[in-house]
Amino acid sequence: MTVEFKTEEMVINMGPHHPSTHGVLRLIVTLDGEIIKKVEPVIGYLHRSIERLAQDRNYFQYLPVVDRVDYISIIAAEWPLVLAVEKIGGIEVPERAEYIRVITAELTRIMSHLFYLGTFLLDLGATTVIMYALREREKIIDLMEELTGQRMMFNYFRYGGVNADVPEGWLSKVDEFCDYFVKMIDEYEILINKNPIFLSRVENIGIIPKEMIVEYGACGPIMRASGIKYDVRRDDPYSIYDRFDFDIPVGRKGDTLDRYLVRMQEMRESVKIIKQAVKQIPSGPCLKKKLAFSFKIPAGEAYCQVEAPRGNMGVYLISNGTNIPARVKYRTPSYANMQILPEVLKGTFLSDIMAIFGSFDVILPEVDR
Amino acid sequence: MNNVIVEIYTNLINSLPFEPLKVILGTLIPVLGIVTLPLLTTFLLIWWERRLIAFVQARLGPNRLGPGGLFQSFADALKVLLKEDIVSKDADKILFSLAPVLVFVPGILVYSLMPVGHQMVVTNVNVAIFLFLSVASLTTIGILMAGWSSNNKYSLMGGIRAVAQAISYEIPLLLSIVGVILLTGSLSIVDIVEKQDVWNIFKQPLAFFIFFTCALSEVNRIPFDLPEAESELVSGYNTEYSGFKFALFFLAEYVNTFTLGALCSLLFFGGWRFPFDYLLGDIGMQLSNQLGIIWFFIKTMFFFSVVVWIRGTLPRVRTDQLMSFAWKYLLPLSLFNIFITAIITGFLSGAFSR
Repeated sequence: MTVEFKTEEMVINMGPHHPSTHGVLRLIVTLDGEIIKKVEPVIGYLHRSIERLAQDRNYFQYLPVVDRVDYISIIAAEWPLVLAVEKIGGIEVPERAEYIRVITAELTRIMSHLFYLGTFLLDLGATTVIMYALREREKIIDLMEELTGQRMMFNYFRYGGVNADVPEGWLSKVDEFCDYFVKMIDEYEILINKNPIFLSRVENIGIIPKEMIVEYGACGPIMRASGIKYDVRRDDPYSIYDRFDFDIPVGRKGDTLDRYLVRMQEMRESVKIIKQAVKQIPSGPCLKKKLAFSFKIPAGEAYCQVEAPRGNMGVYLISNGTNIPARVKYRTPSYANMQILPEVLKGTFLSDIMAIFGSFDVILPEVDR
Repeated sequence: MNNVIVEIYTNLINSLPFEPLKVILGTLIPVLGIVTLPLLTTFLLIWWERRLIAFVQARLGPNRLGPGGLFQSFADALKVLLKEDIVSKDADKILFSLAPVLVFVPGILVYSLMPVGHQMVVTNVNVAIFLFLSVASLTTIGILMAGWSSNNKYSLMGGIRAVAQAISYEIPLLLSIVGVILLTGSLSIVDIVEKQDVWNIFKQPLAFFIFFTCALSEVNRIPFDLPEAESELVSGYNTEYSGFKFALFFLAEYVNTFTLGALCSLLFFGGWRFPFDYLLGDIGMQLSNQLGIIWFFIKTMFFFSVVVWIRGTLPRVRTDQLMSFAWKYLLPLSLFNIFITAIITGFLSGAFSR
């Protein structure tokens, strides 16, 4: 005799205030027991109309606002805007400023990946790694504070260079940090990489095939983990990235483990780039010509993208010849990456939401802007 | 050669003038002991866990209040007690209030069966270990009750997970102890300790591994803290709880973890006995009998520290992995252990030579 149990699907509202939705994402999860039937992300809780704000401010006034697009890797949001304005306005950037930009951008990439590392493992239930990761992140923040005067919203880039030259001895401190940090990455990998529980949580979980990546326009480490060797720094070089020798780590399967490994490898590559930049940096000015507060750029359009820690961060800028941008559109990587989430989560376990979502390294302010 | 503490206590009771007073005080003092001592230890444990996990995580931990931050737990307890006791509108109010009690009481109750030193046990039942584990397993009902009555989906998931986990891990837990019982030939914890001239860990290493893993799961500690998985279920079954009721859950967790350590040291590491005391002859016996409570406490704290260490190192397992680990690996291993132990004890006792 078989007994039929009447079972119902359960709908859980994860978020907007949930410990592991990294900000204010709301996931409407339909569960059958512990298995996920459907996930519907609801975004927009953190919308600050950053793109609209551009139309009320001149270029200089707008620059601090874009720091708020991505509060984890601030430089990545500043850079494409600066690039776009420089492209339309034909503003030249001195060599030394380019090098400083690369160093700061790579430092913030490490910052962002460290934060990812900590929160990802926290989502998996390992509480210790975030402390180690934040310890190292703190060192970068200290360096950035010395350089920019800020610990978080650096507001360091300027149209045509950077705000100020590096303080004395700063470059050697960066170099020292790089040596120290490589050792720390080894330490993390000893702690994490061979942990059987960690591996069982991430291996073959949330596999994203190449085709899906292309269909959804996902980018960054997620794309590279699925085996697509594309990096804006190499394939659409901006600034002076073509002068550095670095690898683009790619994964094989595109599972959660690959996404973790790719990011760890990227930190090593960033260290490589920083070390080269510190060695090669020429002397000279950091800002060729100080622009007037409400400078004007000619009418025109430009799309500039950089490789942010989470993927292609692009700015589409339309200028109408005044000192105020006519339209600014941010193409943010997290927004593109988030689209895959419902597809990947289907059929996985409730606990896998955290593993997969954590591995996407989504920053909500960047999604909502 | 009696234990000093036991002697003082017996003299105290015997010096009382009236017979009824003797009975009443003779009951009340141990009861008071088993209620207050675990609670006081818990304060120490919370402090110790926080300091230790802070050490693991390269930070300081509480270090302001009292010597080394020792009074921090008291301050926290006071804070929790002063919090508003919120019962959500749609909760099943009776079950909601009953659940923390049901979680807390078995945790305290097992202390009456726990020998903490030579002759220092409140009730020496001859089926102590059996009673111990059956009382301890009652906690699960309380957790399910909390999960159900909160009328919160996270809590419900936590409650369901707790039950599934408890059922799966109870079986290998019990079966792993069977090996020890076979060696001892008694279910009394006092007997088990007294027969451990050579610690059981050397005779039953596999059983200890299984026991420790299952016990870790029973007390819902990382890596098996699925019922209260913070990053998944917010706080699991105790999401809706606040104030004193939450404090009871919190205390129960620490009391249970201490019990885990105590059982490990009693069953596998000679309980209150000094290491290899039988080799030291009379001095060894004196050390074990007089200072037993110290050795017991050190051993128990060691296992508690191991639990904290594990918490600092490992991530959380997933529900299905948790289940398959119990049923596919731990259960067959524990059966295998019983099988081997039975054959060897049979050989040694000459059962096969007849």
